[in-house]
Amino acid sequence: MSALKKALAIALPALLLAGCELGVKEQEQVGYRGTGLVLITDPDTKAKVGEVPAPPYELTAEMLAGDRAKTAYENVQVLGDISVDEFNYLMQAMTTWVAPDGSNIKDAGCTYCHNPENMASDEKYTKVVARKMLQMTQNINANWKPHFGNQENAGVTCWTCHRGNPVPVNNWATAVPDPGNITGNKRGGNTPAKTVAYASLAYDPFTDYLAGKENIRVGGKAFPTAASAASIQSTEKTYGLMMHMSQGLGVNCSFCHNSNNFAKWEDSRPQRVNAWYGIRMVRDVNNNYITALGDVWPANGKGLYGNRRGPHGDPLKVNCATCHQGVNKPLGGVKMLKDYPALKGAAPVAAPAPVVATTPAPAETAAAAEAVKPAA
Amino acid sequence: MAVLSFERKYRVRGGTLIGGDLFDFWIGPFYVGFFGVTTLFFAALGTALILYGAAIGPTWNPWLINIAPPDISYGLKLAPLKEGGLWQIITICAIGAFCSWALREVEICRKLGIGYHVPAAFGMAILAYVTLVVFRPLLMGAWGYGFPYGIFPHLDWVSNTGYQYLHFHYNPAHMLAVSFFFTTTLALGLHGALVLSAVNPAKGETVKSPEYEDTFFRDLIGYSVGTLGIHRLGLLLAMNAGFWSAVCIIISGPFWSRGWPEWWTWWLNLPIWR
Repeated sequence: MSALKKALAIALPALLLAGCELGVKEQEQVGYRGTGLVLITDPDTKAKVGEVPAPPYELTAEMLAGDRAKTAYENVQVLGDISVDEFNYLMQAMTTWVAPDGSNIKDAGCTYCHNPENMASDEKYTKVVARKMLQMTQNINANWKPHFGNQENAGVTCWTCHRGNPVPVNNWATAVPDPGNITGNKRGGNTPAKTVAYASLAYDPFTDYLAGKENIRVGGKAFPTAASAASIQSTEKTYGLMMHMSQGLGVNCSFCHNSNNFAKWEDSRPQRVNAWYGIRMVRDVNNNYITALGDVWPANGKGLYGNRRGPHGDPLKVNCATCHQGVNKPLGGVKMLKDYPALKGAAPVAAPAPVVATTPAPAETAAAAEAVKPAA
Repeated sequence: MAVLSFERKYRVRGGTLIGGDLFDFWIGPFYVGFFGVTTLFFAALGTALILYGAAIGPTWNPWLINIAPPDISYGLKLAPLKEGGLWQIITICAIGAFCSWALREVEICRKLGIGYHVPAAFGMAILAYVTLVVFRPLLMGAWGYGFPYGIFPHLDWVSNTGYQYLHFHYNPAHMLAVSFFFTTTLALGLHGALVLSAVNPAKGETVKSPEYEDTFFRDLIGYSVGTLGIHRLGLLLAMNAGFWSAVCIIISGPFWSRGWPEWWTWWLNLPIWR
């Protein structure tokens, strides 16, 4: 009996503490004192910042000045205007980033995309995808600078998302619709979904907000009526998207918002502007690059290297976690792009949509928009 | 003199915790006592400091007056008066006043020879408050975690602190606390309605005895907890509400930093069904 009591005395507190994060937390105050605007993270459980692989070799000025790639190789459609040396340097880096030699990935190395007999051939679909992804990377770096706070050399490389995997680990595809009958119909939510940080919110906020053009306009000044545009469902879907963003970045709501008024730009942190651009950037990536590849993506079960589409048949797409991977600045904010100038892309073709100025929701937003609008 | 005909017997000397006969007297219907004096001291000083804080603050709007705790960067040190120091002194005054009041209740219980149920119940409310402004800040290592004194400011604090954990309704202790608060009000509503019905009979009828009250609830839900029992139940529900409130905030931060929904993954990951 006393042995049982002793076992209980040990087991009960242990059980109670099992779900706990003990130890000192990292803290950052992000608002006026006493407003509860603090970011609290547990150094033991927060996502680790990924490592950045070293460049293949040092790229000297002579290397950059050599013959252009398009004169030396055939079928170079995107990177033709860089030197042969820089081209090979980038190809080597891309191999490390996406299908590294010596990994257990099928056809790892150059042959993941290329036919070794004819490197110029587009016969492997992965090469066509890689070309589109290069264009995408250049587009992100050239046209979505506001998402990176307009900082010099801030931007993405293939590594930002891929981290040595042919398909980035964090991706999404449209969820299979619920069955029409009563049993098993979860009405798009009502289940602890990882996509929304295990809340019972709408578990596919991505299709509407990160591929579709739906806006987050659920706050209002007037008391809601039957005619109000924002429904409980759209509000919860918005909440779901925000849960994803928080989880994807390893932050909480206070990282961008003051919950006193979520919609008010004046009381939000500048990070919210980055996020605003981020949503539109991800939409651009999903619609104009990934989905735009269409049937280049093999049907599930037919591909060379495994499935590239979701259960609904749409290709695997990008969300915040794809790059961020639980860290608010991917890779800890290392400016990897400076070593890969070819990925910076051309000067902005067209300035991205004039930001917050197009978010008419609350009236005071327009004024705030002017204040935060970067010189695009 | 006694306000009510039966009040004289309440005026029992002795039973004090401290000071013997010092302050062991009544002013009108009010017992003073050593702890009555300390309550008055702390309450008056705290109120005066709040008024001072309002006077040096930007507004006299009673909704917006804000006595905020120091920045997190002050840690557990004292802060300058205008940068949270006021909040620190007012917090000491509040705890001093609340605890004095509880001890005055204890003295009255001793005078009357009754149990300590009332000070114990009030003690639970004090525990919840002290958890918010002392225990949690101590565990987090900064007074800045306390909530600000002000009507809207403290609501902003509640909201922002909740959203630090993405969705506070998934906090298991918060679930319990909310359930106990609502059950307390439900029980009070049912009990109050029952008593008022019993003692306000229709014209020409007599006041109904507890037997009627019991019968009503036996008819309605098949059980009556009884006239004494309902007060024991009320005490249990209310004290649990306060207790689990204290638990729900002490675990948020010191023992959990991520979204509360994610905490439940231990349940999803139980080996029997994962």
